[in-house]
Amino acid sequence: MTTHPTLNDIDRYADGDPGLDEATVWSIEVHLESCADCRARLAGSTTAESRALVAEVAAAVDRGIAAGPAPRSRAFFRTPVRQRWFVAALLPWVAMTAGVLGSAALLTYFLAELPSIVLLLAPLAPLPGVAAAWSRRGDPAWELIVGTPSAGLTMLLRRTAVVLVLVIPVLAAFASLGASRANPALMLLPCLAFTAATLLLGSLVGVHRAAIGLMVAWAAAVVAPSLATAELPVLLEPAATGGWALVTVVLAALTLLRANSFRRLTSF
Amino acid sequence: MRAVSTVETAATIHPWAIHAEALKVRAGRHLAVDGLDLSLGTGVHGLLGRNGAGKTTLMRALATVLKPAGGRLTLLGSSVDGRADLRQARRALGYLPQHFGYYPRFTVREFVSYLAWLKEMPKPDIPAATQRAIDRVGLSAKADARLRTLSGGMLRRAGVAQAIVNDPQVLLLDEPTVGLDPEQRLDLRELLRDLGTDACVLVSTHLVEDVVAACTEVVLINEGRLVWQGTPAALAEQGDEHHPGDSPAERGYSALLRRHLAEAAR
Repeated sequence: MTTHPTLNDIDRYADGDPGLDEATVWSIEVHLESCADCRARLAGSTTAESRALVAEVAAAVDRGIAAGPAPRSRAFFRTPVRQRWFVAALLPWVAMTAGVLGSAALLTYFLAELPSIVLLLAPLAPLPGVAAAWSRRGDPAWELIVGTPSAGLTMLLRRTAVVLVLVIPVLAAFASLGASRANPALMLLPCLAFTAATLLLGSLVGVHRAAIGLMVAWAAAVVAPSLATAELPVLLEPAATGGWALVTVVLAALTLLRANSFRRLTSF
Repeated sequence: MRAVSTVETAATIHPWAIHAEALKVRAGRHLAVDGLDLSLGTGVHGLLGRNGAGKTTLMRALATVLKPAGGRLTLLGSSVDGRADLRQARRALGYLPQHFGYYPRFTVREFVSYLAWLKEMPKPDIPAATQRAIDRVGLSAKADARLRTLSGGMLRRAGVAQAIVNDPQVLLLDEPTVGLDPEQRLDLRELLRDLGTDACVLVSTHLVEDVVAACTEVVLINEGRLVWQGTPAALAEQGDEHHPGDSPAERGYSALLRRHLAEAAR
């Protein structure tokens, strides 16, 4: 049977009566831990002084919380949260690029007389992703975002970097397959040069149109003749590496000079 | 991205928050805003007009999304036409587009925070500002719900929350009451009145009753030009019982439009 402390003992406990012996205090505390009724009696028997003290402490804690820095939002400061919709939106494009490059690697493997098709297509690999990165259709919140101070070349470059981070490993993986034997520099530099060219041309006609135009032009002027003649073009010979590096730097510099043209649209 | 200090974002007094002279803006090949003159200061301004009057194109130009094809446009004293640097003006802007696009997997809090970050708010201020904006639109209980789980009215309120998260000096809301139930519309009107005490709020809507209840001024446009500007009380005085409408303001709106169309036809 449970024996509840008397109301008098609870009042004396609440008042901190020094007359209560240690054993009684201990037994009251043990009982209070398991008895909601007596905890309620204890709450009711608090003195005005103790209630005032609790109120004062509570007010001080509230003031401290209000004056202090707001708690950091765990989700917000996890950078991938800001980019995860973008990565998710890019995945179909990356999958498509991987499919095309995989087919090119297979063709190169089985048709040894042809030049490396992976190397021929490498400059174009990031372009579908770059086009999707700055497309009104690809970004559901486009109209909101394009009106913020962050909109512009910096945002486009950040998104382009995500595209390159996703595409270049795929490209490297297929290029390293046996028959391709691609020089990494000859694969990477044209890839970067075409990315920069897309951005530069995009400042004039829109990134989407620029990407399509460059893909068509490269396919018609370089890929098709190379496949027809079964020879790698001079542009993709090792001697052209320096030229690609120079072109990349020049195009990137020109793109930076046109940064203002990415800040808004001329029509909707 | 550079976070700006509170000093840089501090409110500055300008004679007109929005000032347009002979403004022209294209929507595709169509000149949807064609020589608009408009000056708006602090307060809540209701933008009225028929479908195709140029309201949404005007809102996009004011939000610096669309580049004007001609004329002059200044926001808070800074020119935002031509090749002007828009960043300063954009930091003081809040915008809810007619078609509110969002990332379905984001929570309300993540989305509002993301927009606050894009608006270059100081990082330490973002969590508290986000919570305050969510509280003001009455979405506190849904702050951590994913946007794809929200109703149309809740999404609209999330849209308003992202628009006000940076305490904008110019707030542009395109059809903010779409999808809201009557109680939520009343709450939004109260919020608009509150925001309009120290900011320029421009609300594009088809609902004359919202304008009368929440706005200090009415702006009526047609075919991309200003037709009439005045108080809701003055709008109500423009019509009589012969004009269509369920309220004096609606009859005034009808009367003004009819008069304008008749003059334009001459």
